[in-house]
Amino acid sequence: MKSYAETAGAVEVADTAVVRGPNSVVVRLSVNGTFRNILVEPRVSLLDALRDRLDLTGTKKGCNQGACGACTVWVDKRRVLACLTLAITCETREVTTIEGLSDGVDLHPMQSAFVSQDAFQCGYCTPGQIMSAVAFLAEGHAADDDAIREWMSGNICRCAAYPNIRAAIRQVRDEAGTGGPDATG
Amino acid sequence: MSPVLGAALDRVDGRAKVTGAARYSGELNLPNLAHAVLVGARVPSGRIIGIDCRQASVADGVHTVLTHLDLPRVAAQPKLFPSLAGLTAHGQSFFPMQDDVVHYAGQPIAVVVADTVERAEYAGSLVQVNYAETPSATLLDQVRDQAYEPQRIFGGLVPGRNPDRGDPESGLRDAELTLDLTYRFAANHQNPLEMSTTTAVWDDLDRLTLYDSTQGPTATQLSVAELLGLPPTRIRVVSHFVGGSFGAKALIWPHVTLTALAARQVGRPVRLTLSRDQMFHSCGHREEQEQRIRLGADRNGRLAALTHDKISLTSHFDDWAETSLESPAITYAAPNYAGGYRLARGNTITPTFTRGPGEATGMFALESAMDELAHTIGIDPVELRLRNHADVDPDTGKPWSSKGLRECYQRGAELFGWAGRDPAPGTRWEGRWQIGTGMATAAYPVAAPISPQRARARMYIDGSVVVEAGISEFGTGALTAMTQVAADGLGLPVDRVRFVGGTTDLPNVAAAVGSAGSGATSSPVHLACTQLRDQLVRQAVADQHSPLHGADPAAVVVRDGRMCLRDRPEVGETYAELLGRNHIPDVETVGTWMPVLAPMTDYAMHTFGAQFAEVAVDADLGLVRVRRLVGVFAPGRILNRKTAHSQLMGGMLWGLSQALLEATRMDPNTGRWANASLADYLVPVNADVPEITIDTIEVPDPVVNPLGVKGVGEIGIVGTSAAIANAVHHATGRRIRHLPITVEDLL
Ligand code: FES
Ligand code: FES
Repeated sequence: MKSYAETAGAVEVADTAVVRGPNSVVVRLSVNGTFRNILVEPRVSLLDALRDRLDLTGTKKGCNQGACGACTVWVDKRRVLACLTLAITCETREVTTIEGLSDGVDLHPMQSAFVSQDAFQCGYCTPGQIMSAVAFLAEGHAADDDAIREWMSGNICRCAAYPNIRAAIRQVRDEAGTGGPDATG
Repeated sequence: MSPVLGAALDRVDGRAKVTGAARYSGELNLPNLAHAVLVGARVPSGRIIGIDCRQASVADGVHTVLTHLDLPRVAAQPKLFPSLAGLTAHGQSFFPMQDDVVHYAGQPIAVVVADTVERAEYAGSLVQVNYAETPSATLLDQVRDQAYEPQRIFGGLVPGRNPDRGDPESGLRDAELTLDLTYRFAANHQNPLEMSTTTAVWDDLDRLTLYDSTQGPTATQLSVAELLGLPPTRIRVVSHFVGGSFGAKALIWPHVTLTALAARQVGRPVRLTLSRDQMFHSCGHREEQEQRIRLGADRNGRLAALTHDKISLTSHFDDWAETSLESPAITYAAPNYAGGYRLARGNTITPTFTRGPGEATGMFALESAMDELAHTIGIDPVELRLRNHADVDPDTGKPWSSKGLRECYQRGAELFGWAGRDPAPGTRWEGRWQIGTGMATAAYPVAAPISPQRARARMYIDGSVVVEAGISEFGTGALTAMTQVAADGLGLPVDRVRFVGGTTDLPNVAAAVGSAGSGATSSPVHLACTQLRDQLVRQAVADQHSPLHGADPAAVVVRDGRMCLRDRPEVGETYAELLGRNHIPDVETVGTWMPVLAPMTDYAMHTFGAQFAEVAVDADLGLVRVRRLVGVFAPGRILNRKTAHSQLMGGMLWGLSQALLEATRMDPNTGRWANASLADYLVPVNADVPEITIDTIEVPDPVVNPLGVKGVGEIGIVGTSAAIANAVHHATGRRIRHLPITVEDLL
């Protein structure tokens, strides 16, 4: 294993050719299957890139500190907090937001279940809840109530729609049978 | 009434909210938009003796840095006034950045505007401030000895003392049994998930459009107009979707006007969004407080006397206390009563509304004390409440416009399985968990605006209808419920009705606060729609080409958009046929409702309910788990069963949170909140939340408003925390007289 000093030195050398910033640079993102170029400083978070640069405001900002889950999106099909992710680190990855979950005509089953179970009130946590919930089922957890409580506890709902959120997830789980939906596919 | 009223309709804005299409106020991407960031005072008290903006001003992308030295002065000194009045609704009687004095930590002292939010935030960190600090007081205990009895509180609308009943002191002296108990409450912050945000856009004619996260677009319009010295006609406020409020966006705070001033300065649209930390310093909070209850009762538990005194911390500018004494004063038939507020001033922003304002704390005190009384006398807690049931308003002697509380106790006890409860505390174990149950009464006043409330209904030639009122949708389900009210009034299917709110261009309704929103909006919507229906029916019977020609209008009913004779439904025609035949493109009516205020009627108006809780307490770790909650409420007519239950459920979970989690902790050394983030200020997450059973008792109320709606936004939180604390006592034998109850209390 290399010492810290060696690593630091190595990185410095290796990166000289590709140092970008601190001024604005072109960042190429693939969001919901479409490539988009934006001109941003490297310090710009994925969340602000989506909301302020790409006009994809479905992803919400509830704290900007990694505490609430409102900004949950998928990067390469794994849930991440977009407020704690730099946009520039997503260049070779596929970003999926709530806008990419359905085709705009038919809702994703989780979206329909959230509506029919009244799993929200103000709706501000909802995109994050849904992105978490779909990923939760796709990850193949037990999907009983205890597992839902545990795995969905990274998403705060200040309106406290939690029992209805659990009901929505149960509904999708049951509709999809034992295998779980091919949710992120 | 048609079955559409009260039906469990899915939210009409549901699709927009689950697809991310719903645009909240801070989500409008305008050309040339600049971003503003507030810089807040780091100290709670003192003067700014130097503020150096040179570095900040030359940082990349910065348009301007404004401080008290160069911010244009506001045109008027704001005056706190609750938004329910429908007038200006300033959160406090102070506007910052007018001079160099710092009254509270986080008070805005500079506004930085830059081309991106990252650059504005960075430049904000470069503003150098020197303070001459003066001693501060930020905790009640530091200023308790300077407390005073205010003349009036709550923007002057509520007297500092409630009127006495009888002779409380001799009532207490002569009682067979007395209790004297003191309850303490930590400060709480509303923390809606969407942080407050305002976007200000000036046009070439010096007219301002504000996209603001507010509970009342008109409240924003009038408040900003006053501060800018502009007529309201020059200000338009847009607020379609609001990401929760819980009181944080009920009154209008300085950042809104600061955004408008900054936008005028830089000559381009400006958006300002408070950070989560700033949310703890910028829109008020539930104040730190203490309440003392004295009960006098006979051996059978009948109350002879009740006194209720509150002391709390307020700002340097306002005599604010949340009105904690109102419901406790009239919940039970105590013949002798006294209650009053005391205030002490500290270095704080003016406290404000937080969900269940007043009653969430006041009823915790009363209902905890009632549980102690039941325990002391050895009677069942529900039975004690029934013995003291107030058949009429004990203050005025007036009958209730509707009540339903006995039914709530009964139904709640059934749903919970209360009967046969062993009253002995600390005797039920499941492994290392101690199990207990508790209950409490819920009560909340029926509030109404004091000004006329308006809505407009316009039917188009095809018989479809748009109904409008200037409300915002912050999670109450108002858009859905009002669609149902309109469909009911006009005899139309809901999909023929579109309800529109969200701007000051529309007929004016007061801010939806204090559970008054559903009454204040449904009433003019109902009136506008029934007037429109009646007008069209009159037109049909007068029209010689109509099958209804010559009929008695009173004999005509409307179903599914078709007017027909009640007795011979085959005779009739649709609205669309009537309008089409007569080439009428549209018909419009405005409904105006003048609210009924309790003092003007022969009735007392209040909402009641009953709360039941079961807890398990880990005997080794002191952890409290709420296992189940049952709440039964009598909130008048329910407009939509699904959304109403969601609001009641949310309220009950706020009560759970008040009982066990929520506290904003003040560090008196720095004078700043010590846990101003969503990681440190605890709110419930999914794992904290049990299943909840909710039921409603629909008692008709012909007095409060045309549809008999009393509101569901607040009553759910009231009493929940007391039911939980009473259950903790039942489980462990320990009586905790402060909120929140934490692990340390039960070790
Ligand atoms: S905004 Fe990212 S976790 Fe709150
Ligand atoms: S719906 Fe409002 S925060 Fe979850």
